[in-house]
Amino acid sequence: MTTRIGVVTFPGTLDDRDSLRAVRLAGAEPVSLWHRDKDLHQVDAVVLAGGFSYGDYLRAGAISRFSPVMETIIEQAKAGMPVLGICNGFQVLTEAHLLPGAMLRNNHLHFICREQRLRVENAETAWTGDYEQGQEIAVPLKNMDGRYVADERTLDELEAEGRVAFRYLARGEAADGYGNPNGSLRDIAGITNEAGNVVGLMPHPEHAVEPLIGTGRTDGLPFFTSVLKKLVSA
Amino acid sequence: MTLDTVKHAAETPDASQPWKELGLKEDEYDRIREILGRRPTGAELAMYSVMWSEHCSYKSSKVHLKQFGEKAPENDAMLVGIGENAGVVDVGQGYAVTFKVESHNHPSYIEPYQGAATGIGGIVRDILAMGARPVAVVDPLRFGAADHPDTKRVLPGVVAGIGGYGNCLGLPNIGGEVVFDECYQGNPLVNAGCIGVMKHEDIHLAKASGPGNKVILYGARTGGDGIGGVSVLASETFDDTKPTKRPAVQVGDPFQEKLLIECTLEIFKEKLVAGIQDLGGAGLSCATSELASAGSGGMRVDLDTVPLRDATLSPEEILMSESQERMCAIVEPQHVERFLAICEKWDVIATVIGEVTDGERLEIFWHGEQIVDVPPGTVAHEGPVYQRPYERPSWQDALQADDAGKLPRPQSSEELRKQVLALVGSPNQASKSWVTDQYDRFVQGNTVLAQPEDAGMVRIDEESNLGVAMATDGNGRYAKLDPYTGAQLALAEAYRNVAATGAKPLAISDCLNFGSPEDPAVMWQFAEACRGLADGCLELGTPVTGGNVSLYNQTGDTAIHPTPVVAVLGVIDDVNRRTPMAFAEQGQLLYLLGDTREEFGGSAWSQVVHDHLGGLPPKVDLGREKLLAEILISASRDGMVDAAHDVSDGGVVQALTESCLKGGNGARVIVPEGLDAFTFLFSESAGRAIVSVPRSEELRFTDMCGARGLPATRIGVVDGDAIEVQGEFTLPLAELREVHEATIPGLLA
Repeated sequence: MTTRIGVVTFPGTLDDRDSLRAVRLAGAEPVSLWHRDKDLHQVDAVVLAGGFSYGDYLRAGAISRFSPVMETIIEQAKAGMPVLGICNGFQVLTEAHLLPGAMLRNNHLHFICREQRLRVENAETAWTGDYEQGQEIAVPLKNMDGRYVADERTLDELEAEGRVAFRYLARGEAADGYGNPNGSLRDIAGITNEAGNVVGLMPHPEHAVEPLIGTGRTDGLPFFTSVLKKLVSA
Repeated sequence: MTLDTVKHAAETPDASQPWKELGLKEDEYDRIREILGRRPTGAELAMYSVMWSEHCSYKSSKVHLKQFGEKAPENDAMLVGIGENAGVVDVGQGYAVTFKVESHNHPSYIEPYQGAATGIGGIVRDILAMGARPVAVVDPLRFGAADHPDTKRVLPGVVAGIGGYGNCLGLPNIGGEVVFDECYQGNPLVNAGCIGVMKHEDIHLAKASGPGNKVILYGARTGGDGIGGVSVLASETFDDTKPTKRPAVQVGDPFQEKLLIECTLEIFKEKLVAGIQDLGGAGLSCATSELASAGSGGMRVDLDTVPLRDATLSPEEILMSESQERMCAIVEPQHVERFLAICEKWDVIATVIGEVTDGERLEIFWHGEQIVDVPPGTVAHEGPVYQRPYERPSWQDALQADDAGKLPRPQSSEELRKQVLALVGSPNQASKSWVTDQYDRFVQGNTVLAQPEDAGMVRIDEESNLGVAMATDGNGRYAKLDPYTGAQLALAEAYRNVAATGAKPLAISDCLNFGSPEDPAVMWQFAEACRGLADGCLELGTPVTGGNVSLYNQTGDTAIHPTPVVAVLGVIDDVNRRTPMAFAEQGQLLYLLGDTREEFGGSAWSQVVHDHLGGLPPKVDLGREKLLAEILISASRDGMVDAAHDVSDGGVVQALTESCLKGGNGARVIVPEGLDAFTFLFSESAGRAIVSVPRSEELRFTDMCGARGLPATRIGVVDGDAIEVQGEFTLPLAELREVHEATIPGLLA
């Protein structure tokens, strides 16, 4: 049986087709999920793609989190189903309290689109198994509200439990994709829940899966092959 | 106030009407009375006034635009030509591509964010209305002097508006320009282009046929924004003495537009529409009259069924409102239910507001009373046509006689080096990443090339790797010196840029930005530019598929430089074969293709070093451009070059700097025999490109150029981490990067 990975489309989701493509290139069967449909159609994992769901009105991710499909996803995520939130999807996961913290407007107040260098800080989550611990990767970053914040205690807990999954690489030239792009606390680019099945990050691995397209790197593809391996071996 | 019905208008022929306030001339008003055989109702007057405005009717430009059709080259690729929402070309494998460039200049000066945002919204709906999925946008932008305080108001607002709207639509922004010149101080040019892709059988046209078919308005509710935007804003010169016009600028909601796009594409997929039109300038007046005029019958609309944001709007205001994110579809009765269901799925409001009739009139009713009864063609297509007087300006000769070749040139290697740094760090030549990093270029996952590459390129088929490329170019300085040549140089540069990436240029769209047509000098510039462009397109074999004219870009008596912006669309069979601009590999050989002459008129050097504009622009040789393009395309297809970059404003030194910085590699360069270092580095002769050739391909490449008669001069090698011009100077890349990248953030951040 093929592994089915769902990608949710909310009104205003933009990177759903990219995520479906990434799932397909990794070798899994991509399944479109609709925000009004509670049924997850037997998928084994879910990607919440980037975009501006509900126009980011009120607050990024704040409305999507109450959609019918999220009810089931929240329930399944708690039961261990792998869930990846990218950009707006990460914002939805924090609004849904599947991950701690929140995203605020970038400290420079501009939308930023560039290739971004990251370090994989936890290569044991459901979505990072194909990376080496400490591996440095470059994937596109594009957002307006990408500054990760949480209270000190939460940040300390995340660090202590190894739940900071990705960190922006602070050293080097901004033109080469180095540096904290938005003022995220402790250079955090992405985090995981305690169980390691739910991962959220602001940069876009689904845009870095083909050598010719975008930045010309495939550094994002292991997200999707990692979860596939995890599911097949389970 | 009593409703001004058709009956009431007939009974009160002498009632005074605000035709003048609505921007109509007296003879135009008389003509409306003549067409109708009575005075128009208020609603009719509103419709005629917006549709007969310069912006909608092209009344001053029409007589010159005709040439684009008359001189159109034979071209099998053309599927839909001028006159529809956008032109459509065949790109092979059953795919058709539609593209267009439009202006949103005046609104963007008044309200930079919303003006620019709704400019994107409008062009995207134009593309959508053809039946295509929008796949990319480009933004050619022109602002006043980079260090002028008002530029700091306008530019960041425009860029944020383009980003704020475009990014929310999920359309990669893959190209465009950012140009500064004091002539645009009070009249920034905010042009926006969009590319859409569909299969041939999915092409949709804006016409209402089939009596009994329903007219469905869907998308956003109609509000009071943008009322009179077209007639009042786009067709009048700014003047300090008049009150601010902010309320006439529309307000955009990109989230609504994104829903409208997905909803419309699903409706197309199920083949539910017989005709479709977007609502842009002139709103419902335009959509209803154009749909009815292009169809075979008439149309009846019950205006009181239009969903409103503001219940107090009058019927005239509803007809004139330019509220964004609305479309109008003609749907056969049996498809209406399904159509409405899809709209409901996407949370898009849809309302049947009328139907196609077997009559010949456009009839609009308000709570059962008739307020419009007109032949739709007289509103949509039979507006006034003016033969505006034009005359070569008296100052043109003096301007051309002021030869830039006589300007003092650098006297030492040190002075040359300093001028190079001044050039690559000048606002027009500096890196624009501060701007373009605010646009999403990755979304949709098909972007092969994006700015600052010569052309943007997107893949349109994941199996076959078929792709399309687009470049937009324009140089107002050249066009000011000679509008005929300037227009051809814009065409040649965009054509060359597309070819540099390996794509074959197919067709063009243009955005013609000029001053007031009531000034004979401006009209002469316009006429010359149109003639130059039409002649150029004929020679290059690239037809004009459509475009846009923006007039009245002037403040008081001072017009902007004539600024024809040309967008060239190209096709590439396999995007794997694309040629980027970066010098990525050390040791590769650098060749300069084409001839370098002493041409400095309108050049970046003359502007940066001498603040000078005079003389003649570079010569155009379109035969040479064609040959150069063929060589670049062949070299790309056969893997003979690894990088290519066109040489245009700023000359060879600018091109070298950009390709070196992009690739992170330096270059050792020798001044070719017969040229002095200054001319070699700064001349802006057209028809040139620099290519990086792997050593293994050198012979094959030079043989090809030799056999086909294209001059190819070896100018150096990719090497080290500096640009070294032998015998002159060495500039470390780090220093060049600092100068090139610090300028724009320093001025605007």
